[in-house]
Amino acid sequence: MHVSFEQWLTEVANYVFLALAIPTLVGAWMVVTSTNIVRAVLYLVVTLAGSAALFIMLGAEFVGWTVVLVYIGAVIILFLIGIMITRAPLGSHEELSHPATVKIPAALLSIVLFTVVAWAVADAFGGLIIPPDVGATRTGQLAEVIFQRFVIPFEVVSLVLLSALVGGIALARKDDPEEPA
Amino acid sequence: MTIAQFVILGTALFSIGLYGVITRRNAVLVLASVEVMLAAVNINLVAFDVYLADQLYAGQIFTLFIIAVAAAEVGIGLAIILMIFRNRHDADVDELDLMRY
Amino acid sequence: MVPAFVSTLLPILAFVAEEGGEGGHEAAVQVGNGGALAQWAWLIVVVPLVVPFLIVFFGKKLPFKGWELAVGTMGFIGAYGTALLLANASSPIATEFTLEVGRIGSFAIEWGWVVDGLSIMMYFLVGVVGFFVFVYAKGYMEGDIRFTWFFAAFTLFAGGMLVLVSAPNLIQLIVGWEMVGLASYLLIGHYWEDYANVDAGNKAFMTNKVADAALFIGAIIMALSVGSFSFADMLAVVTAQDASSPLATFGFWAGLMLFIGAMGKSAQFPFHVWLPDAMAGPTPVSALMHAATMVTAGVYLLGRVFPFYLDPAGLFGGQVRVIIMVIGGITLLFMGLLAFVQDDIKKVLAYSTVSQLGYMVAAMGAGAYTAGLFHLFTHAFFKSLLFLGAGSVIHAVHSNNMSDMGGLRKRMPYTYATFVIGTLALIGLFPFAGFWSKDEIIASLYEVGIEGSGTGWFVFALAVAGSFVTAFYMGRAVFLTFFGEYKGHAQPHESSRVMTYPLIGLAAFAALAGLLNMPGIATPFTSWLAARRFPMGDVHAQSINWGLVGLVTAMLALGVFLAYRIFFPDRVTQAERDRFEIPVLYPLLRHKYYIDDLYMDGIVRPTMGPLAGAVLWVDMWIVDGIVNGAGVVARGLAKLVRWFDNRGVDGIFNGAAAATGGSGSVLRLFFTGKVQQYAALSFAGVVLLAVLFIIF
Repeated sequence: MHVSFEQWLTEVANYVFLALAIPTLVGAWMVVTSTNIVRAVLYLVVTLAGSAALFIMLGAEFVGWTVVLVYIGAVIILFLIGIMITRAPLGSHEELSHPATVKIPAALLSIVLFTVVAWAVADAFGGLIIPPDVGATRTGQLAEVIFQRFVIPFEVVSLVLLSALVGGIALARKDDPEEPA
Repeated sequence: MTIAQFVILGTALFSIGLYGVITRRNAVLVLASVEVMLAAVNINLVAFDVYLADQLYAGQIFTLFIIAVAAAEVGIGLAIILMIFRNRHDADVDELDLMRY
Repeated sequence: MVPAFVSTLLPILAFVAEEGGEGGHEAAVQVGNGGALAQWAWLIVVVPLVVPFLIVFFGKKLPFKGWELAVGTMGFIGAYGTALLLANASSPIATEFTLEVGRIGSFAIEWGWVVDGLSIMMYFLVGVVGFFVFVYAKGYMEGDIRFTWFFAAFTLFAGGMLVLVSAPNLIQLIVGWEMVGLASYLLIGHYWEDYANVDAGNKAFMTNKVADAALFIGAIIMALSVGSFSFADMLAVVTAQDASSPLATFGFWAGLMLFIGAMGKSAQFPFHVWLPDAMAGPTPVSALMHAATMVTAGVYLLGRVFPFYLDPAGLFGGQVRVIIMVIGGITLLFMGLLAFVQDDIKKVLAYSTVSQLGYMVAAMGAGAYTAGLFHLFTHAFFKSLLFLGAGSVIHAVHSNNMSDMGGLRKRMPYTYATFVIGTLALIGLFPFAGFWSKDEIIASLYEVGIEGSGTGWFVFALAVAGSFVTAFYMGRAVFLTFFGEYKGHAQPHESSRVMTYPLIGLAAFAALAGLLNMPGIATPFTSWLAARRFPMGDVHAQSINWGLVGLVTAMLALGVFLAYRIFFPDRVTQAERDRFEIPVLYPLLRHKYYIDDLYMDGIVRPTMGPLAGAVLWVDMWIVDGIVNGAGVVARGLAKLVRWFDNRGVDGIFNGAAAATGGSGSVLRLFFTGKVQQYAALSFAGVVLLAVLFIIF
């Protein structure tokens, strides 16, 4: 089912979408441009919270709350610990990014990438609406599929996490006790 | 709601993340930019999952897998950064050119 | 009762319980589903798979170095097996539970557990025999440097067997089959400091692998013709006598290939060579391997798919049955003969096992489901008893050779008494366990002969001769070990109680287990074993044929008497004994019919030696020839080219070199070693490709 732009503008849910999408994008922009390292990481919270809200809006409630718990709850903390351990300069600092000789080609590349993909998406899916009768995904249904159809990938992921844990410890422990940290 | 709006949002996030990966000097921030790219991929997957009304919820389940793998990736990544920092007392990626010709 | 939290868990795991007697199949007996006891039987399989890891990781910190975990596991399995056995005795159980773990095309890959008469018998056997052997092993392995590791591998061995036994389909059976193979490899090579033991482990593994290849082929044929790996689906086709099924077309080959797989694990001629060498492992391993696990796997497989082979109409595997019977007959007699000339007591017992497995296989071939499996059941008790007894002796005299033993009757009274009980059970003296089971096999073969099968008479004759052979070699072993003067050097004394108590326990089973199936008197075992989801169509004796009993008893009395005349100390001198080394026959037995040599010289060396030789030849003549020839040609060409070279070509080459160098110095600007630049460039490449893709 196609909708025109005028029809699109009449739907309330799309304004909710914009209200979530714009902070998400702004947060992402600040993550990659902020001159304050701690703030950059905290803007990541905005981006991730925005994506979690979008998931919930799409009915993927379990995924949304998982993002909140895992990313905002744990991964951000890891980042902050990483910043502190590596004694990154706190406060505003221009040295966090490369100079303009890198920024301009990078920006060009990103814009071209965005243009190409966005044009392709608009061409292929433009105006196709998400079926409005799709309700929220029940966590129980998700669990049934995970523990039946996807049980082996699930176990493999658990092994990946375990080996990451072991690998993280092995990498981060000090080999030489005399060396100053 | 159209599918395109979510996918274009994902594309925009992905491009911003790519910009961050290339321009950031601090390794921790490179990792943070990678997380932005992963969030973009997740939005894409969930949007298509809902759009296609997939009976297996493959999009959502793979999003969950990506979250798990990303958590592992951050853990390992920070451990590597920590080790580099310990050896070089610096977490700038542009100092890391050991793979040079 | 099942706890409440479990009843919520079970639907999530999506069990598919297939009730016995339902789905249109006419069951042999009215069977039930066994309730929660059967539903929880997965613990039997999972516990021994988890425990080895616990032993490896935490065993060394425990007061008994992990032994308590291992023996606790076996005690649990034994107790659970006993509970299932009692439940089955009160009301027959035949059910299976499956859980789909994956899917390949239209084939479901399932994990599950079967609870029926046959698998319950095996759970009971592995648990009870395993428990005794594990208790004993504590005394036997005391002070071994890899004590903890030994018990981890040993538990895994039992666990692999339980995976195999519980399998509702061929895939899981093969998984268990290979786990048993792996664990046996680890255990046979336990004393790997001695190279011969490593060799023995390799031999067992390789011989099994050859047969396993056939098993895989058989499983694939089976699955393709039935459309599923499940035993139940296959037996449904067989029970329905569906002549239009592809299984009817490929039945012979599927049956033959599965049987070859079974021959490998059950050490049937000509795959028997690995079993005697497997003696290199510690004695408790031999005891379990020869009794409840590993070698019984082949017979178990035949029992699991029994209706497929029985097949009176000859539509499916029926044509293979005569091959099975003949292979069993050959194995039971000729492998028994080899035990005549062994000096190593464990090798005598090993050949005896091969021979007894021949009886079981012959029974399966004769269509005697109960008789074959009943012999498996009783044999497990007395053979593990004999091995543990032999281990006790070896532990005392520090030698495997009977020429270093003798006169141990007084010094090791418990070992002596239990060993004799085991011997009497093995040779089949009334009323010990072996009598009831072996007599039933011979009676079944007799009935096959009566029905007018010449092959049946032939195998019957082999089986009767086999009981003479059994009596002779066991009599020899007992007389040489326990009577006369002590010939060794160590100071033998009775083993500790941790070793003698298991002997006494097993001796009780060896003496009494036969009473479970007395034809014409009381046959509870027959009805236990008949608790299957499909009718077995078993052939079994309705009453004891006393004429056959007399014949067999006469044969074994003759065997024991001859052994007494020849080997009882001080009856004959060594010079007289040497006269029995009949020129052709004795060397033939001594060299194991030259089969091992044939394999070594006929298969192993020709593939290893010529393979190496062929590589050398190719290297010397072809590769060198090419190189030398190329050298000659090149030298000729070089002369031709030199003048051309000096004029002008140099210029081209120098130009090319300069071009390469120049482009290199440009290109190397891209290889800065900066990771981010690489990322940017690769994404630029992706974008470029995407644009090209969109444009064209």
